[in-house]
Formats: sequence, structure tokens, C-alpha cells
Amino acid sequence: MNDTVGIVIVSHSKDIAKGTADMVRQMVGGEVKVAFCGGDPDGGLGTNVSSIIDAINNAWSTKGVAILVDLGGAETNSEMAVEMLEPDRRNMVVVCNAPIVEGAVMAATEAAGGSSLDEVRAVAEELSAS
Amino acid sequence: MSVEPVKLKSLVKAAAEQVIASAPELTALDQAIGDGDHGANMKRGFEAVLGKLDTIGAQPLDEALKTIGKTLVMTVGGASGPLYGTFFIAAGDALSQKRSLPEDIVEVFARAIGAVSTRGRSQAGEKTMLDVLYPVLDTLKADGDRPDVIERVRVTAREAVERTVPMRATKGRAAFLGARSVGHADPGARSSCILLHAVCNALEGRP
Repeated sequence: MNDTVGIVIVSHSKDIAKGTADMVRQMVGGEVKVAFCGGDPDGGLGTNVSSIIDAINNAWSTKGVAILVDLGGAETNSEMAVEMLEPDRRNMVVVCNAPIVEGAVMAATEAAGGSSLDEVRAVAEELSAS
Repeated sequence: MSVEPVKLKSLVKAAAEQVIASAPELTALDQAIGDGDHGANMKRGFEAVLGKLDTIGAQPLDEALKTIGKTLVMTVGGASGPLYGTFFIAAGDALSQKRSLPEDIVEVFARAIGAVSTRGRSQAGEKTMLDVLYPVLDTLKADGDRPDVIERVRVTAREAVERTVPMRATKGRAAFLGARSVGHADPGARSSCILLHAVCNALEGRP
């Protein structure tokens, strides 16, 4: 099976989320599923749980999904979104403690090689090691 | 005291309308120390709750709390959606486990607050809604048997909001402002107080 870990990018700004996804596609290629979301339900800056759930489902892979976030609320909303998934999917999604742009590129690069969710997360989170 | 379906519905309606009416005040507070979206976010969430009032009113209390929580999670956005959503969902979960109100109010409230603390990775004293919720929990513990407990909760919540004014935020968007957060009440503390007051008033049959 050649499925790869999916990548979800969650920013307060849809432009940042889209730009990050564009960078991932250009630098890593199209074999990794990348989904992004940004903005509150009214289209302003912010994050919201329902669009994060949609993004997770769009990037879904049998190997799971790694989420990259920007600021606090993006992380809180992403964790909430994971808890609201179907029970069999909850344990296959992780929110990475990593900078959003670099983390997304590194995570996608690792995912493209067929790595597991834990490996993808570890590579992204190395960027946060002090 | 049991919460009758009709009373639950009117209580939820009153609380939601109070939050919606307070949106400009919450926005002004959040513009001072946050990103200015708390009023609009809470208004959107509680309008969605009002839209589900018939469903909520027909549910047992535990399920009604979970419906309110999930509705807030899906509609509020920002960080307050998951935090308020978690509060109501956790309260509903606690009630589902063979607990009942008002006898187990302290335990149900404590579990809901604990879930908020975990979700926000925050403790008391960090200029958040927890700085209202924990003092109210203490009042429920200490004064739960007093006839004037509802008034005591109201006073506790109001005073607790004032105590967030000199606090320096270390969580949430206000944390980015550091020292500038000092001197303003926390918007989440204020919205918690507004909700608590609305519930207190409804329990006493006041408008």
C-alpha cells in the first residue's frame, strides 16, 4: 500500500494557509494529500472547528493526518476538531508542535517517503527543539 | 429542585439573549487586549444555540448541555468556541454519569472547569475565564447550602471579573500584548460572568 500521511494546515488567515499549502505542493510534489483552512465562520481572521474537520477528512489517509497550526486558537480548535471525529479516526490524527510553514514542508517531505504518522510528526517537531 | 423542560428552555433562551445583547461590550474589551472578535464570536454561537432551542428544550439536561456545547464548538470560532464548548460538553458528560442537579452541582461544575483548564492548558491567575469559574466553584462549595447562594454566586462572579483587571495575561491572544493586558478586564472572564448572571437570574425567575 503506497498511501502517505495527509497534511492539514490550519492558520488564522486563509491566505497563509493557502500559501503554505502552495509551498508544500511545489517543494514536495503532489503525492501527499494536503488540505488547508483558515478564517472564522464569517470569513474574518480566525479558525473554526467545522472547517478543520472538513480539511482533515479531505486529507484523510489510512496512515493518518498530521496538522500544522499557527497561533494558540488554531491549536485549541484543531484539538477540538480531532475529538469530534469518528472514534476510529481520532487516534490517527496529531497536532504537531512545529512552526507552520517549515513544519508543513518537512512533514510533507517525510510523508512522501512513506513514513508513519509518528515519524512525520517527529520530523516536524524537531524544528521546535531548542 | 429539578429542571423542568420548559424552564430549561427559558433559561437557555435568557442566557443566550443576554450574551447576544452583550456582544458590543465584549468586543470593546477584546479590542483592548485581544483581537476584537470575542463579541461577534459569542453572538454567532449563541444565535446558533437559540436556533436549536426547541431541540435543546426537549432533551434531558445532560444531552441538552452537550448539544449546547457542540453547537458552540462548531459556530463560535476563535479559542472561546472550544473552551465554552468543552465546558458544556464536560458538564453534560458529568451529568450523564448518574449525577443530578442541584445535588451534584459542585462536582459537575468542577469537572466542567477541569476540562476547560485542560483544553486551554491554563490555570487560575492567568487572566482567563477560569479566573471567574474557579472563584464561583469555591462559592458553590462553601455556600451551596445557604439560601442566598445564588446571590453569592452573582457577587463572586462580578468581583472576580474586576480582579482580572490588574492581571497580566499569559494565555490566549492577550498574552502577545504582555504588559499591555494589565488594566483591562479579561473578555472571557466577562462573558463567563454574563452567562452566570443570566443563569442566576433565570433560576430566580427574574428577567
